[in-house]
Amino acid sequence: MTFSPSLEARFQKLLSSYPPGRTRSAVVPMLLYGQDELGYVSQELVEEVARRCGVTTLQVDEVIGYYSMLHRKRLGKYHVQVCTNIACQVVGGEDLYEHASRTLQLGNKDTTEDGLISLEEVECMGACSWAPAIQINYDFHHYVTPERFDRLIQALRDGTYGQKAS
Amino acid sequence: MRYNEPSPLEVRVISQRFDLPDSTSIETYLANDGYLAIKKVLEMTPEAIIDELKTSSLRGRGGAGFPTGLKWSFVPRNTGKPTYIICNSDESEPGTCKDRLLMENDPHQLIEGMLIAGWTIKSNKGYIFIRGEYRYLIDIVDRAVAEAYDRGYLGKNVFGSGWDFDVYTHTGAGAYECGEESALLESLEGKRGIPRLKPPFPAVVGAFQSPTILNNCETFSAVPVIFRNGGSWYASLGTPKNGGTRLMCVSGHVNRPGVYELPMGFPLMRLINEVCGGMRNGKKLKAVIPGGSSSPVLKADECDIPLDFDSLAKAKSMAGSGGLVILDEDTDIVAVALRTMKFYAHESCGWCIPCREGTNWLKRTLTRFHEGGGTEQDIDLIGELAANMLGRTFCALGDAAAMPTAAFVAKFRDEFEARLQQSRAAVPVPELAVV
Repeated sequence: MTFSPSLEARFQKLLSSYPPGRTRSAVVPMLLYGQDELGYVSQELVEEVARRCGVTTLQVDEVIGYYSMLHRKRLGKYHVQVCTNIACQVVGGEDLYEHASRTLQLGNKDTTEDGLISLEEVECMGACSWAPAIQINYDFHHYVTPERFDRLIQALRDGTYGQKAS
Repeated sequence: MRYNEPSPLEVRVISQRFDLPDSTSIETYLANDGYLAIKKVLEMTPEAIIDELKTSSLRGRGGAGFPTGLKWSFVPRNTGKPTYIICNSDESEPGTCKDRLLMENDPHQLIEGMLIAGWTIKSNKGYIFIRGEYRYLIDIVDRAVAEAYDRGYLGKNVFGSGWDFDVYTHTGAGAYECGEESALLESLEGKRGIPRLKPPFPAVVGAFQSPTILNNCETFSAVPVIFRNGGSWYASLGTPKNGGTRLMCVSGHVNRPGVYELPMGFPLMRLINEVCGGMRNGKKLKAVIPGGSSSPVLKADECDIPLDFDSLAKAKSMAGSGGLVILDEDTDIVAVALRTMKFYAHESCGWCIPCREGTNWLKRTLTRFHEGGGTEQDIDLIGELAANMLGRTFCALGDAAAMPTAAFVAKFRDEFEARLQQSRAAVPVPELAVV
């Protein structure tokens, strides 16, 4: 399986980051970074990670089942994650998630038909003091109101969404 | 960058560089007291280092508040095994968002703290375990690590001392449980994040089955300033047995939520009224969750309390991770209790039964209750279930789920009862027909 040169370099570095005989340690990072490039954890990626880390595909699979950020299903190009945990909840996080679900016509972990946007209700993402918060892929957005949410979604659809966190 | 305005009441010790231009660069760090502590420490014996840390009264900022000097002293010497320094940056306790700022704004401070730990036990490898959601921080920390290598502060022959120390970042992939230290170590080894049976503690059998110093990101970040200014100076910033400052993450119904660096023992009501500008919309305070979602709630009349580990423990709550959720009079406590339990049920790793079954049973009971289908017995059942989980699980997640739940029910029983009345009024119970 071939990856982009930067990801390949990252994988090489990962495999030499752990003590001798401990390449299994690279399984989770390789899966996450691989998913970043592929959009999901494909069977091919599972087999490749298993081969490179010297473990069985079953050992890779059981890890994928455990970590909530690893997805066997392809996500949208933009994965919109709305936090509804308590710090966000008490300032409108649950309402924001419902707004998102209604306006995007998506249930939890669903993806739009064109593959552009997927939605997930997530646990605390570490933006409690600037709540309610969402993440679009890895970008944090703080103090998100329904109106601001709509503008962000419009930008995703228009292709004008910048990668800068706000 | 900072996401909220600083407060003039802050005591900026570990956040002193946050607002400097280009604060993540090694030049900025060096121009502002950076890497001075490690140079001092390289002249010190392990005993002297640990004594200084004990003098500082620094306690673990991840949540447990264990004395850091004592923790470091537990690492056995000369076992012939390699040793490791692990930084827990898997910040995921609901209400907590401080490690994010420490890595985003001052990664070299963290690296220097790990260097000091490394030298103390002559370890050669350190790992910074960063939660997957903080992907952008891995790039920031990796850049800082690379800068430190370029200067000879990491790698072979650190500062010409003849000692080698490597630091690597490692990403998690979404699991609250991995913030528990032994589960973190399993995750670091490429497995499911399931806790280990303790003892042995990580100091003796930690990463890769070897002696390990494992601390929270904020704890390591506080270490350099302790050696720059002295342990007794650091201790004097706080209260007895609670040295220094900590980043307090305030969320909820205040006018100015934010992360503020304040001395240990800072009064909670001053935090709300002076630092955070009082309650939003002139509402009354109902309750405070003082140390992340695992900590038992304090009612408004219990909030006249200093924010340190011992005072909050005495009030049967905990200072935990420093995440304070401030709740006003309009807050639906049943809804908050339910959301809290949904979280723990989602995050329970499933390894031991009281936690796996208990969190889900509680979630279902609370859901039914919240939706209006509750019964009188449910209120006691919730309290009983929580009490039966306490102390009966491998790791603290079971307790973390049980403690706040028991407190919500005990302290806000009237709200649970009112909910019952409301649902009865909404769904009239039909009279039994007499045949």
